[in-house]
Amino acid sequence: MKISQISVFLENKNGRLAEVTRILAENNISLKAASIADTSDFGILRIICDQTEKARQLMHDHLFTTRVNDVIAVRLDDRPGSLAAIMTLFEQNRVNVEYLYTTHIGQEQRSAVVFKVEDVERGLSILRQNGMETVKGF
Amino acid sequence: MIWNEQRECEDLETRRKRQLADLKELCFRLYDRVPFYRARFDAAGLTPADIRQLSDLSRIPFTTKDELRETYPYGLLAVDESELREIHTSSGTTGTPVVGAYTDADISLWGEVAARCLCMAGGRRGDVVQNAYGYGMFTGGLGLHYGARALGANIIPAASGNTKRQLMLMRDFKSTILTCTPSYALHMAEVAKELSIDPDRLHLNIGVFGAEPWSNAMRAEIENKLHLKAFDIYGLTEIIGPGVSCECAAQNGLHVNEDHFYPEIIDARTGEVLPDGETGELVLTTLTRQGTPILRYRTRDITRIDSSPCACGRTLRRMHRLLGRNDDMLILRGVNVFPSQIENVLLRIEETQPHYQIIIERGASHLDEVELQVEVEENFFSDETKELERIRRKIHSELKQELGISVKVKLVEPRAIARSEGKAKRVIDRRNLQGGTP
Repeated sequence: MKISQISVFLENKNGRLAEVTRILAENNISLKAASIADTSDFGILRIICDQTEKARQLMHDHLFTTRVNDVIAVRLDDRPGSLAAIMTLFEQNRVNVEYLYTTHIGQEQRSAVVFKVEDVERGLSILRQNGMETVKGF
Repeated sequence: MIWNEQRECEDLETRRKRQLADLKELCFRLYDRVPFYRARFDAAGLTPADIRQLSDLSRIPFTTKDELRETYPYGLLAVDESELREIHTSSGTTGTPVVGAYTDADISLWGEVAARCLCMAGGRRGDVVQNAYGYGMFTGGLGLHYGARALGANIIPAASGNTKRQLMLMRDFKSTILTCTPSYALHMAEVAKELSIDPDRLHLNIGVFGAEPWSNAMRAEIENKLHLKAFDIYGLTEIIGPGVSCECAAQNGLHVNEDHFYPEIIDARTGEVLPDGETGELVLTTLTRQGTPILRYRTRDITRIDSSPCACGRTLRRMHRLLGRNDDMLILRGVNVFPSQIENVLLRIEETQPHYQIIIERGASHLDEVELQVEVEENFFSDETKELERIRRKIHSELKQELGISVKVKLVEPRAIARSEGKAKRVIDRRNLQGGTP
């Protein structure tokens, strides 16, 4: 299943990340995963949370530039080679990975890896065909 | 409709005669009543009687903005103070303000010329004019107010700011004409979009925008977003305020109300008067002002005069939309750059909006370091850095092509750059070229 991810544009300035997380906290939004892609001038904060639409509206109201897009999350066993298995699968099927980050599935005490791939539908169907377990929600 | 057909469509010979008669009278009046101008004439070895034809105007020295500041507050007053009815000053961001003092006759004149301008843009009696220029010492608000009043319009004196309320007033009172700075018009359009206000549910037909230079690309953007036809109006506090010139339906230059404000174009370097059609600095003489008339004021605005006939029937010569300002022109690493060129590049690139600021610093290397900050909008924001980098590089290369110099481009959060409700602050120059402590 596809997972919604919100990206937020941040300048490399003191306190920007603190502001975003504070706004989410004050509105009782629970973060399930977060990562930052940074360049020398700006960063892109990518988050997965329990109330995507509300979080996006809050960011918009506070004049942040945001974007929502779909990513894939896959359960990962805690043993050597589990990520390599997925990457090999993607490589063989020429699925282009733009970025990835890992997170934790709270209730299951397991890890998950979040992928942004060029073609989300195709990525999902390849995982399914090969018996990989995708995360339906956090 | 033409507001004052007799004057605006006058045959050229009659107009020239009137201009000359008014100029002669003005020179005598200033020589008599304003010591500053008497000293001017004396130093040039001139008397008012030497002004026999319009071309003799070029023998009179220019008046500059610095001189207006030096004579603050009443050094250029040509009437008794008891005759004054209103005072305006220029924004004075760089120090002592410039004063415009108005008698009853001046206020009537202002209403007349501003009404002509609104009419040129298609306004008429019964229009609802939402005036979102700043009221107060700034001439924009009251100038358009007097014009709209003379026209017989219903005026919503909203002044600038409080954009949500502006949009509410606009909708509820069915404003048909919007008057404000072009950057504020664009800001309103954005807020309208954020609030999901459909421009078709508003009643705006006409926008009369001025007080800062704006490009045709910006015009298209405003028209597109607010669903109105946008007209350029020009004026300055030193002369009267808005009402010096305005575009008509032909939109092929701004008709100068030259029976009151006589235009010349000069070579900014030599001061030589250039023939119609050539580009240079606009110089204006107020032929009929009473309170603070001015002879040959150097506006620092760059334009040219077009004396060819206009489809609208007015014989008032037209000035081209401002090509720039001597003051605005930045010299970056020896290259002349106008902020309007940067605006054009951003409008040309599909993804970007003209929300930018230029920061200039002189680094340790003593070279000008120029940084262009561009706001990241949702329509081009991406979760991938490479996509943002692609747009950043695109801006960089288009700018290099347009300006001939390499400018650092930085993407910033929206609204990081203060939105203007008056004039947009586009340039921050930290080079301290004047010397001394900043």
